[in-house]
Amino acid sequence: MIPMLRQIIRAGIVTEAPPAADEALRLTGQRLSAAMLRQLGRALVIRHIDAGSCNGCELEIHALNNPYYNLEAIGIKFAASPRHADLLLVTGPVAKNMEVAVKRAYDATPAPKLVVAVGDCGCTGGVFGESYASCGRVSNVIPVDVAVPGCPPTPLQLMQGILTAIAPAAAK
Amino acid sequence: MQFLNQSVELHPLANHAMPAWAATVGAREMHAFCAAARAAGRRLVALWGSDRRDRDKQHGYALHVALDLAEGLVCLTQPLSTAKPEFLDLSSVFPAANRMQRAVRDMVGASPMADDKRPWLRHDNWPENYFPLRSDTPDAVFKTKNEEYAFIRVEGDGVHEIPVGPIHAGIIEPGHFRFSVVGETVLRLEQRLGWKHKGIERRFVGLSLAGGAKLAGRVSGDSTVAYAWAYSQAVEAITATAPPPRALSLRALLLERERIGNHLGDLGYLGNDAALAFGLMQFMRLKEDWVRLNGELFGHRLMMDRVVPGGVGTDLDARGSRRILAQCDDLEREVQALKRIYDDHAGLQDRFLTTGRVTAELAELLGVIGLAGRASGQRWDLRCLHPCAPYAKLAPKISVHESGDVAARVLVRFAEIAESLRLIRNIVNAMPQGETRIEIGGELPGSPGAFACGWIEGWRGDVLVALESDSRGAIRRCHCHDPSWQNWPALEHAVIGNIVPDFPLINKSFNLSYAGQDL
Ligand code: SF4
Repeated sequence: MIPMLRQIIRAGIVTEAPPAADEALRLTGQRLSAAMLRQLGRALVIRHIDAGSCNGCELEIHALNNPYYNLEAIGIKFAASPRHADLLLVTGPVAKNMEVAVKRAYDATPAPKLVVAVGDCGCTGGVFGESYASCGRVSNVIPVDVAVPGCPPTPLQLMQGILTAIAPAAAK
Repeated sequence: MQFLNQSVELHPLANHAMPAWAATVGAREMHAFCAAARAAGRRLVALWGSDRRDRDKQHGYALHVALDLAEGLVCLTQPLSTAKPEFLDLSSVFPAANRMQRAVRDMVGASPMADDKRPWLRHDNWPENYFPLRSDTPDAVFKTKNEEYAFIRVEGDGVHEIPVGPIHAGIIEPGHFRFSVVGETVLRLEQRLGWKHKGIERRFVGLSLAGGAKLAGRVSGDSTVAYAWAYSQAVEAITATAPPPRALSLRALLLERERIGNHLGDLGYLGNDAALAFGLMQFMRLKEDWVRLNGELFGHRLMMDRVVPGGVGTDLDARGSRRILAQCDDLEREVQALKRIYDDHAGLQDRFLTTGRVTAELAELLGVIGLAGRASGQRWDLRCLHPCAPYAKLAPKISVHESGDVAARVLVRFAEIAESLRLIRNIVNAMPQGETRIEIGGELPGSPGAFACGWIEGWRGDVLVALESDSRGAIRRCHCHDPSWQNWPALEHAVIGNIVPDFPLINKSFNLSYAGQDL
């Protein structure tokens, strides 16, 4: 126990400030009312779905939980079931073989059913495009609120996308 | 040249980064050669199919088998009848061939003469007679069905099934695991993979040789350097391009950094899966430091698209070298401290030791390779056995453990981090001067059928890229092989007799790629 405590003290707290939301990432208007957003605050539960990524995007999603980005510290955590989630974080082009599973997960998610499509693949189909085996971008299969480009997007860009999904709509 | 006392006449493949040989063989010769290789303790590297009806009306398809022999990489091509493309089942020689053979049928429509008729990559979402890798197969979109896959059932008193996936309860890639259990003990695990199949091999067709590198680097993102290097080796062999020495050293630097980055993440998650969240946070912090420096020095945290045909798309200055060396010192100190904590943590060791065991005999039988193989006493490491430049000079030490349990796979990771740190220091301290990239050979071989391989020991195991160009110098066929093909079946065995709650830990200790095998 003592070596562990020493190590914890030596490493200290490395958490950095979260980025601001970025309206440019939003595909549709903010669907949540100001009241709902106030209620939600930043207490958001995410379910990650890999719909057919190369697994590069997953590495950066994993990084969100490291002590630098420390997503949980701002109230955002990952859940094991879509039934417990407010937001789906979907990577990859949607592989044809995953289409049914992705739709089922979406159906199982309770309102507000926010969806953030991750990476160039999630945004456009990326290098894999559309084919007999790929449905292409995530929005070809389920409605998407926010799309975060990048191959893969950095953890900061991912955070920004997630925070955009729960940010009040910018005044026009 | 003849090997293994077989009458097959092999010719050397020119301009390869490692010793490589090829031959065209008949059905019996193919089987006999594979059996002789197996008897000599050698192994199957990869197995794939191709359509060559434009070259041979009668024998319009081909089966390709790559083997690792003491002499180097051996690629055998067996032409198959156009009317009835079938080949002898090789899974009795190499059990790992089972799934690869089924994928050949799904993709090319050439079938193994085997009892297992189930598809592998096709999930009934495109028709049985739609073969994506036949040259006359048009682009098409089909209505999604959901297949009924014939899992093998275990019957008996108190036996029940637990189906898991394709979507798993974590930030993990999709796959389906069907457990047959009694109480909490696993009697049998059957995997159903292929969920992420997104048509990569068909996508390669027609891309330029230079353009294919980007796609190759996205077969399995966690091994992007290994794939991009293997792909580049193949292009360089076809175009007779010799990348400058500085480029080769930089590639090795990136590859070893990729290895360490992945090992750091795995060691964290292995601690976490054994209920030591402390380990996860510490190792994830170290990993973040590591990938941040990748981003700063090479412009990409995962180092995607930095290895390109002809060299590398990045460089290292004196300041960068100093930062890498300083980071190696820091990391070494930190990992040693964490290793002491892992070693002394009774609860952790209790979960690691004897869990998820693959004995050396079983590993040999199944052909387990790479990191998982080395943890089960299998001494396969390309960097040591068939080193390409600059590895011959670096003389890496192989890390082997015999016990084959989670603990062994943890120890191999610790040992490989230490060894890769040594390699990185040597690479940086002896970095050759000069160019980092040369244009790939302007004069492309005009003849159809230029064929070459790239072969690199990634962090998980050896990655093979087999590349064929067409008469215009574009890609005719590109097959990327992930070591996960060989190791997934071993996981089915590793969990037998373990309790269900240990599955995540055992699975993580292998950390196999779904994307890499699903293609
Ligand atoms: S966006 Fe890039 S990193 Fe993410 S899944 Fe696609 S290819 Fe991989």
